[in-house]
Amino acid sequence: MSGSLQSYETTIQAQPSAQIPRWQMVIRSNFQGYLFASPWLFGFFVFTLGPFIASLVISLHQWDILTPMQYVGLRNFERMLQDNLFWHSLRVTVVYTIFAVPLQLAMAMLLAVLVNGNGAVKLFFRAVFFLPSVTAGVAVAVLWRWLFNPEFGLINFLLDAIGIQGPPWLSSPAWALPAVIVMSLWGVGSTMLIFLASLQAIPDYLYEAAEIDGANMLHKFRFVTLPMMSSTIFFTLVMGIIGSFQIFTQIYILTNGGPENATLFYVLYLYQQAFRSFKMGFASALAWVLFLIVMVVTLIQFRLAGRWVYYELGE
Amino acid sequence: MATLTAVNHRPVRIPVSEIVRYVALAGLGILFVLPFIWMVSTSLKETGQAYRFPPEFIPQPLTIKNYESLWGGPIPFDRFYLNTVIVVIMAEIGTLTSCTFVAYSFARLKWWGREVWFVVLLATMMLPFQVVMIPVYIIFRTLGWLDTLLPLFIPTFFGNPFYIFLMRQFFMGIPRDLEDAARVDGAGSFRILWQIFVPLSKPVLLTVAMFTFVGHWNDFLGPLLYLSSVDNMTISVGLAMFQGRGGANWPALMAAATLATVPILVMFTLFQRYFVKGIVLTGMKG
Repeated sequence: MSGSLQSYETTIQAQPSAQIPRWQMVIRSNFQGYLFASPWLFGFFVFTLGPFIASLVISLHQWDILTPMQYVGLRNFERMLQDNLFWHSLRVTVVYTIFAVPLQLAMAMLLAVLVNGNGAVKLFFRAVFFLPSVTAGVAVAVLWRWLFNPEFGLINFLLDAIGIQGPPWLSSPAWALPAVIVMSLWGVGSTMLIFLASLQAIPDYLYEAAEIDGANMLHKFRFVTLPMMSSTIFFTLVMGIIGSFQIFTQIYILTNGGPENATLFYVLYLYQQAFRSFKMGFASALAWVLFLIVMVVTLIQFRLAGRWVYYELGE
Repeated sequence: MATLTAVNHRPVRIPVSEIVRYVALAGLGILFVLPFIWMVSTSLKETGQAYRFPPEFIPQPLTIKNYESLWGGPIPFDRFYLNTVIVVIMAEIGTLTSCTFVAYSFARLKWWGREVWFVVLLATMMLPFQVVMIPVYIIFRTLGWLDTLLPLFIPTFFGNPFYIFLMRQFFMGIPRDLEDAARVDGAGSFRILWQIFVPLSKPVLLTVAMFTFVGHWNDFLGPLLYLSSVDNMTISVGLAMFQGRGGANWPALMAAATLATVPILVMFTLFQRYFVKGIVLTGMKG
């Protein structure tokens, strides 16, 4: 930090108006720095740090918003451990993550490889694959509810056309979660773009060298493309897992947790406990467990990263 | 010998892989576009037409009555639209001004603790909103802002870590000479920011503007938490309420979904490359 102050001083000395004492300049630059950053600093305390701590405090209380809080110690957390729906929602979320995230990455990789290169056709398809990820939201979830309609939906019509009897999808406890996974594959366009950028950064000579060594297309993908993209894949994996722990909108619209709680995702359960049952204390405890899960996932994965991620050329 | 075979095969093999590629592109492309076509197609059908098997992609006859029913009908879709537009415009103003100042401070101004605060900023990007959702709700409840649009855009005036990060990276790439020259001429930080950084930063500002647009247009959790009366709803909660009510009138729902999607489609067509840039730089989902 002293180094950066040093460079500031040299900038100042280049100015004709540098007669002002140095300490005044330091105060002035600090004042300005904090002034310009103040919107975020204020927001950080009021909308992030404060609520973050408050959430922990509320989790130690029993509170329905309307009547005063009652301190209950760790009872909310104890209750959580005995709560079947807590474990169930965690299981739903984990099962979804285990299946959906790798499938999403595979799909994104396939699309990225297909649209890699130049030419108007590839550019066009890039836009086609990317668009659905931008339109995500309630409208798209409503659209998918209609697509999954067992009798008149497009999906079962297409399955019927190739001779498959389509499942009842969202109204079936067995098929609701797979339906959510299928829908999520439609939104991999942004991951595709990240992969595409990373694909294009791989230098041609690596492929040329592999060809000289007699590599075929699959070899090149396995021994050049994948290792060169490992850090990107790893990053998207972390973001994918964290993202799937926060899934809410699609589920609220598609199934609202049903049928028979088959799609009761963690955040949906949190929302229901807070804003349907008004168990703010219990819901805050759920929120803190979510925070811990996200943090642990992030830390574990960054620990593991060193083992199999190939970071940069020439290192 | 092996090399020779490889050389002989090459002219044949490349076209084949390209054919496979284009067949796959066409197939997947159709699968990705079909839901949109289905949405528009359904929206142009009479109620009875939607429940026919096999379905028709081009409805006979075509009707626009589903769209007409959204205007001034029992479900005030026009109100939802207006509310959403207000939220998006305010959020654009809030996000662009606050993030520009904060990003400039992190990129160029010297202040004690700047590096530490920057790490804090990066850390907050990992924090799920759901963790702080309840206390934030309590704040707006205490302020008496429930069932107004305020909680949906006021927070944007306090910056967003992703956009601040994105803009800071961009600002760092602007040559210092320009700024030093302006300082010699007596320009203060405000003028430098406004007259040098903002005009040079159009790409990143547009990227942030696009992300803000999509983020607030699609936002559901916020409106769901804060809005309760029908007249104050945005499109997302309005549509959610509309779809839950009394069975599903799919053609009308699809008309609403189409109207909700069109602005994003337009923005996407006009500014696609700014979306792309933002996603590649931050790895953030749209």
